[in-house]
Amino acid sequence: MTTNRSKRFRERSVPLLLIFITTAFLALFLLMPLAAIFVEAFRKGAQAYFASFNDRYAMSAIRLTLLTAAIAVPMNVVFGVTAAWCIAKFEFPGKNVLITLIDLPFAISPVIAGLIFVLAFGRQTMLGEWMIEHDIKIIFAVPGIVLATIFVTFPFVARELIPLMQEQGTIEEEAAVSLGAGGWDIFWKVTLPNIKWGLLYSVILCNARAMGEFGAVSVVSGHIRGETNTIPLHVETLYAEYSYVAAFSVASLLAFLGLVTLVAKTALEWKTKRKKEGKSISG
Amino acid sequence: MKWKFKQHSVLPGFGLTLGVTLTYLGLIVLLPLSLLVWNTSSLSWSDFLKAVSSAQVVASYKLTFGAAFLAAVVNAVFGFIAAWTLTRYKFPGKKLLDAIVDMPFAMPTSVSGIALTTIYASNGWVGSWFNQAGIKIAYTPIGVFIALTFIGLPFVVRTLQPSLEDLDKEIEEAAESLGATKWQTFWRVILPSVLPALATGFTLAFARALGEYGSVVFISGNLPMKTEITAFLIVTKLEQFDYAGATAISVVMLGASFVLMLIINMTQWYARRGKK
Repeated sequence: MTTNRSKRFRERSVPLLLIFITTAFLALFLLMPLAAIFVEAFRKGAQAYFASFNDRYAMSAIRLTLLTAAIAVPMNVVFGVTAAWCIAKFEFPGKNVLITLIDLPFAISPVIAGLIFVLAFGRQTMLGEWMIEHDIKIIFAVPGIVLATIFVTFPFVARELIPLMQEQGTIEEEAAVSLGAGGWDIFWKVTLPNIKWGLLYSVILCNARAMGEFGAVSVVSGHIRGETNTIPLHVETLYAEYSYVAAFSVASLLAFLGLVTLVAKTALEWKTKRKKEGKSISG
Repeated sequence: MKWKFKQHSVLPGFGLTLGVTLTYLGLIVLLPLSLLVWNTSSLSWSDFLKAVSSAQVVASYKLTFGAAFLAAVVNAVFGFIAAWTLTRYKFPGKKLLDAIVDMPFAMPTSVSGIALTTIYASNGWVGSWFNQAGIKIAYTPIGVFIALTFIGLPFVVRTLQPSLEDLDKEIEEAAESLGATKWQTFWRVILPSVLPALATGFTLAFARALGEYGSVVFISGNLPMKTEITAFLIVTKLEQFDYAGATAISVVMLGASFVLMLIINMTQWYARRGKK
């Protein structure tokens, strides 16, 4: 009897122990840093928080970040959708190599991503010399920041859409072809409605990463205050000057963007799960 | 255009989409990357060796690889427990925990960096406790390890979750009905079937940690020979306009991530073959 009872006790205590470990580990490693951002930002009250944004350099960093994302995100969305269409809807040799190449920026250190653009356009190259003569600035200027951001956020839309479009197959599109629809019509009326939520999430993720990129942008920006400082670089500058409240206030903008991304992902998972369950009931 | 004949699809747009994909990929990724290789080949072999093996650089390899490896091990253990708990049990707050796992992935690295530094500094929420015990975390190698653990966690959990969900419960029940204890079922039935996913998650976390910059440079303090990570040294060399030195170290790091990517692909290939 006692062995039986102790066995049952053990069977119940193991899940409880594992739930406890998981909660403690995730709370310590993930929730605490998140909480710290907002606690530090509001340490001196709401007035000090909002005062951090009423600053010439903060505003210029926000403007530059918005501009960078406004160029980088649409370009990568167009590329991501095109690449996903090509990879998910057709069979061709070398497809796996292509997928690996698209993933490449994801596997490269952000610092190295920045370095390759310094090597390409820096003043030590022939191209760099030519650009100095013609007064074109890419490195330590806005174009370099945009290029580095495009490079780093390059895989996100494609990565998200390829598995989604592969899962959906080509039957619906083939039916549209047999009914005489053209390529654009098929994409807008058949494919897009099927991938719209995945696409929306990938845009939000790509945007959050574009606005938050630090390593690659840091290498190509030159940290010129009011000119080439993006929001993450401005956070670094403020932190290095011990303006902690201002640093965390500006950082909280990006943290909020990160939270929006998490909510979008959860909503997407919830939506696709419900759709699948709905299908299994009706089918 | 030989492969056009192999394409059986009736859908339009293959040539256009492939062309756009390859052009964009070439311009944005492959062309700049090839410049890195080209720049290295202009270095002489002895210069290259000198740049990648100076005492300061070697100290940074030790710290980066060591801390990244330890962080990946810790993530493999706790990530496994977390993935298991999130797929198998129901408890209040589970959905929140599941959603928050992606946080290191969604949060900008510099934001994570200053948040971690604040928590683990000697007057921070966690750091002050350890400080009383005489242990310093921020501005020491332990801080680097903490930041790399933070950044790698989602890779292990998210790689493991689908493969734990796919586990056939009937096999576990069969093992138990044959007299296996829970512990034996875990070691002999569950673990072997999720091992490829665990290995992939571990390698992804390790690879990501090797190149990480933003979340580490604040908490590490960047003391020469002590808490400088390799990515930081690359940045330092660039700031001193030592392009050759920065390129040489980058090639070493790229080589390391290339080997890790190869391991991941081989693991997946092996796992797929095992299923057949």
